[in-house]
Amino acid sequence: MAVPAIRLSDVALRYPNGVSALEDIDLEVAPGEFVALVGGSGSGKTSLLKTVNGLVRPATGQVAVFGEGVASTPPHVLRRRIGYVFQDIGLFPHLTVAENIAITPKLLGWDPARRAARAAELLELVALPADVGGRPPAALSGGQRQRVGVARALAAEPRLMLMDEPFGALDPVTRDALGGEYRALHERLGLTTLMVTHDMTEAVLLADRIVVLQSGRILGDGRPAALLDASAHPHVRDLLEAPRRQAERLRQRLGA
Amino acid sequence: MDPQLAAAFERLPEYLAWHVLLSVSALALGLAISLPLAVAAARRPRLRWPALASASLIQTIPSLALLALFYPLLLALAALSESLFGRGFSALGFLPSLLALTLYSVLPILRNGVAGITGVDPAIVEAADGVGMTPRQKLLQVELPLAAPVIMAGVRTAAVWTIGAATLATPVGQTSLGNYIFAGLQTENWVSVLFGCAASAVLALTADQLIGLVETGVRRRRRAFVVAGAVGLVAGAAVAMAPLVTRLEGGRSYVVGAKNFSEQYILAELMAVRLERAGAAVRRKEDLGSAVAYRALAAGEIDVYVDYSGTLWTAVLGRSDNPGRKAVLDQLTAELARRDGVRVLGSLGFENAYAFAMRPDRARALGVASLDDLARVAPRLTLGTDVEFLSRPEWKAVEAAYGLRFRNSRSFQPTFMYRALGSGDADVISAFSSDGRIAADRLVVLSDPRGAIPPYDAVILVSPKAAGDRRLVETLTPLVGSISVEAMRAANLLVDRDTAKMTPAQAAGTLERR
Repeated sequence: MAVPAIRLSDVALRYPNGVSALEDIDLEVAPGEFVALVGGSGSGKTSLLKTVNGLVRPATGQVAVFGEGVASTPPHVLRRRIGYVFQDIGLFPHLTVAENIAITPKLLGWDPARRAARAAELLELVALPADVGGRPPAALSGGQRQRVGVARALAAEPRLMLMDEPFGALDPVTRDALGGEYRALHERLGLTTLMVTHDMTEAVLLADRIVVLQSGRILGDGRPAALLDASAHPHVRDLLEAPRRQAERLRQRLGA
Repeated sequence: MDPQLAAAFERLPEYLAWHVLLSVSALALGLAISLPLAVAAARRPRLRWPALASASLIQTIPSLALLALFYPLLLALAALSESLFGRGFSALGFLPSLLALTLYSVLPILRNGVAGITGVDPAIVEAADGVGMTPRQKLLQVELPLAAPVIMAGVRTAAVWTIGAATLATPVGQTSLGNYIFAGLQTENWVSVLFGCAASAVLALTADQLIGLVETGVRRRRRAFVVAGAVGLVAGAAVAMAPLVTRLEGGRSYVVGAKNFSEQYILAELMAVRLERAGAAVRRKEDLGSAVAYRALAAGEIDVYVDYSGTLWTAVLGRSDNPGRKAVLDQLTAELARRDGVRVLGSLGFENAYAFAMRPDRARALGVASLDDLARVAPRLTLGTDVEFLSRPEWKAVEAAYGLRFRNSRSFQPTFMYRALGSGDADVISAFSSDGRIAADRLVVLSDPRGAIPPYDAVILVSPKAAGDRRLVETLTPLVGSISVEAMRAANLLVDRDTAKMTPAQAAGTLERR
């Protein structure tokens, strides 16, 4: 079997106040997989995501990315190899859009010409006009900013993408469009993606596999259809039913 | 132009140069201390409170006191260094001023630095980690650039404070724009005081506007503003400090010291002009405190100044007896040479003794002509003194000899002390016998039948370093015995009077012509 893109074994994490954030986490993500991490707020899904790029250090257990232990790799080296997108985006306001996109290549020591070419390439990839590159992030709409966030994460050609509620702050139309476009990019670039979301519909529509967390434990893990199975935890079934119920109600109201 | 104003302008290049050098150095040092401290405090919340609290505490110390406190501290350090390494350093002037002003500039930069760094959007900080920045890259490429406008605002505040407080460097022996203010206050030369205030205000406002330009440029990301502001600051500072460079090339120069009153300014000018005429380069160090002046001379920080035999007798030799005018002078000459290597060149020919003085009408009404008479009515009277008299040994001696107990005592700058007598805010004052205002106001000087007040012959003192300097000694020796008390009073009055005031240099000219 190939080396997993992500492997967490026996991971546990405590908040500074002693409350358990993650407990007994065992998780493997194969290269090329698109996995959605779902659960309510406080379920530990963001903490789990952040243990993968070392933003959060687990108390016990091992985390490995493509076979390399996270604890033994310098954090900045690790993070330059992993794309990271989150809801607040965090574009650097004092840099232009192109400089934002090419920040990780710059940290890696790419020369300016190569960085500029890469930024232009990525603007095209995320369907932004080329002239956006010279503008400050503040001049962009929310959807455009999130496209820049995705482009920045992809700039250094990572094989693994971590996404924390990446489309959460966008309006439903933009959100749907961006989600679909990202899924296409995932296929085209042969990425591995671990995405945190609280939106079950998004998880079902985008992911190959869904991991359900509750109170820091994995409650269910499988293909969306499998989680509706009778053997699944009732809470997991409940969660997965939600998009279906919603879809039925929509069909009734709008007329099929 | 008004001669007072002309004299003020003549000194502007020197005062401004020192003021700018002092402010720029203090600000640069302050920045070098507070910026790393701000970064550390922003990283570690546990460090934040102590750092900000101590900076605030320093700010609550009156700036004049902060400057004054550095003198004894550095004096002790200099003595320590002398004993450890055989090399001391100057505890007077630039160094204490620099250190005090540096401390003073820390708070605004530190406070804004911490606020600026901790105020960066946490999402942006997380993004900096997420894209793979090292902590150092995060600080230099994200946190500091984003905090820069807030930090610049702090630097701006610090610059205005430092330039304002630098005027207080004058009393610890550092030339600054404060020389106009302190000298003007002593000689009631309000033109000079206003000139000093205006000059330091214009300087502060200019710096404020230029740093403001840089701040705006940083905030709006307009490189042209930043460059214009920075060029203005650097060019302005360079032009202002240029006179110091030409001075440094001048080689060995004599430093003439003066304490902080009119007679001292006049005598310093008299000596300085003679030395200049003899071809020497001369620097003036004015407004020294009474105790500071002698120590500065003994340490060689000034080469020559005029002091008074009674002051040296009590304050330096610690004597409280009074063997008479000639014996005091003789013993002083021998003792100061033995103790500190200081050379007493000789008496100028007049005394400037402490003299208790009253308005003639009050003295007549109360029947007071001597200190014995005064002791009788003192419990009903208010004593007006200069700021140091009540802590001087001379006062202790007089107080003990006559059993003087006043209802009340108030201290003033010497100028205001005479005013207080006129306005009735004081009934009797500790005047100076060579002061022109005694004759001008027809004040009654009370006699001292018990001889409690020692003699105060004005003597020229030469530092150990310059004691064997033939040019200096030969140039100044003719002044010995050349000034009568009447001549000195007249010269003092020319500077102190309210109308048609003369500058100390002009008044010194009248002494020279005799």
